[in-house]
Amino acid sequence: MIGWKWDFTAEILPRLGLATLNTLMAAGGGYAVALVLGLIFALAQRTPFRPLTVVTREVVEFIRSTPLLLQIFFIYYVGPQFGIRLSPWTAGLMAIGLHYAAYLSEVYRGGIEGVPKGQWEAARAINLSTVQTYRRIVIPQALPPALAGIGNYLVGIFKDTPMLSVIGVAELMHAANSIGAEHYRYLEPYTMVGLIFLAISLPTAWLVRRFETAVRRKLGLIK
Amino acid sequence: MTDDMSRYPLTLEGDDAPMVRFQNVTKKYGDLTVLDRLDLDVGAGEMVTIIGPSGSGKTTVLRMLMTLETIDSGVIYVDGEPLTHMERNGRLVRANAAHMRRMRSKIGMCFQHFNLFPHMTALGNCMEGPVQVLGMSKKEAEERALELLDMVGMAEKRDQHPARLSGGQQQRVAIARALAMRPKVMLFDEVTSALDPEVISEVTGVIRALVDQHNLTMLMVTHQMGFAREISDRVCFFFDGSIEEQGTPEMLFDSPEKERTQQFLSAVLEAN
Ligand SMILES: Nc1ncnc2c1ncn2[C@@H]1O[C@H](COP(=O)(O)OP(=O)(O)O)[C@@H](O)[C@H]1O
Ligand SMILES: [Mg+2]
Repeated sequence: MIGWKWDFTAEILPRLGLATLNTLMAAGGGYAVALVLGLIFALAQRTPFRPLTVVTREVVEFIRSTPLLLQIFFIYYVGPQFGIRLSPWTAGLMAIGLHYAAYLSEVYRGGIEGVPKGQWEAARAINLSTVQTYRRIVIPQALPPALAGIGNYLVGIFKDTPMLSVIGVAELMHAANSIGAEHYRYLEPYTMVGLIFLAISLPTAWLVRRFETAVRRKLGLIK
Repeated sequence: MTDDMSRYPLTLEGDDAPMVRFQNVTKKYGDLTVLDRLDLDVGAGEMVTIIGPSGSGKTTVLRMLMTLETIDSGVIYVDGEPLTHMERNGRLVRANAAHMRRMRSKIGMCFQHFNLFPHMTALGNCMEGPVQVLGMSKKEAEERALELLDMVGMAEKRDQHPARLSGGQQQRVAIARALAMRPKVMLFDEVTSALDPEVISEVTGVIRALVDQHNLTMLMVTHQMGFAREISDRVCFFFDGSIEEQGTPEMLFDSPEKERTQQFLSAVLEAN
């Protein structure tokens, strides 16, 4: 049972391929949730309304200080006790989206705080509203320095999708576990899962860098 | 606020009403009183220069007028109406955001460090306010922005981002950006202090042209005494949060009456 079996590998590949699509969907969906929710968390901490700022701050701290796995279990298994019954997919995307939103909000906040005070003042001097100031002046400048962090979390979220297997989301890890249990062979499925993750992570990280450079150039921040 | 608001008029009327009036304005940062019961009028079309030692409150005066700072007591009027306050049932109350936004449209400001928007071209910087705030069409805003860039000698650089412009060029674009909003009052806060000596004249030349061409009211803080003397209608010497002495450039520079003014001017002269 120690040798690598090519025919077995070939046999399980289609199944792993399908599961890869699910993994990509989970990562993409979770990321989309995290991007939007993260911005909301970041902006909520900057309103003049103190209670909102404090509550959001605490929520973000709480999420960042507890394990993702616990949050997944919590939403999926404890939710129904409060009448919130979610499918594995919905619960999974919510958990992973919420978790990464907390991290992304910190990246956004760092980016926003990095915009010099003089930019806010110049925006005020030409009478832009607060919303216009964020949309036209602050966020375009906060984004480029935050892009590296934002991009890294895309790779991070992708690598965390196997945790969704615990509530039965049929992504790669889940598929590899099932294959292993059915055939009493784990070498090939787990190795293949590792290779698939590598084959997606590395180019993604590279694309993220390229994208960051392109955005900076587009905004005239580099020549 | 223990200020008795009934002593401040609801509006300033009459032909001799100033464009800008600071009436009994106090500004504090914590325990530090930066401006102490300041009274200052600037007439329509007048160019008033503020000089004085560092920390005497010159920048704060401009920032309060631009609504970048709140005031602790007193009232600031612009163009006949209160800026920091508004009328409610025959009394002055603190201005709300909408009132300040309406009044702010009468004022433009240029900063020591230009504060151009780095992600926009020179042209984009000058179109931003007109399109977003004044609701102009892109075409109209572009025409107007180009006119102004031409006036400040920056039409050729219209498509450059600020990072590719020298300090003098950036400051000229910043002046065009402020003018594009058609303000009645322009504020200049040490707009040449961050510039290399050889490009200062690019910027002072533009301001000089503004004095000649437009019926703008201007309030300028500067350390360039020669320039202040040449273009000001009136010069105010600030010391420790209040006006120590003011008068025509000739009066203030040639025969200052107060000892502090004399000391300041001779110190500046020595430094140059
Ligand atoms: N945001 C602030 N917080 C605390 N003190 C300030 C602030 N801004 C200005 N000051 C103080 O107010 C005084 C006047 O400042 P400023 O108006 O900038 O002076 P000037 O422009 O004449 O050099 C200074 O003592 C300065 O340290
Ligand atoms: Mg100053």
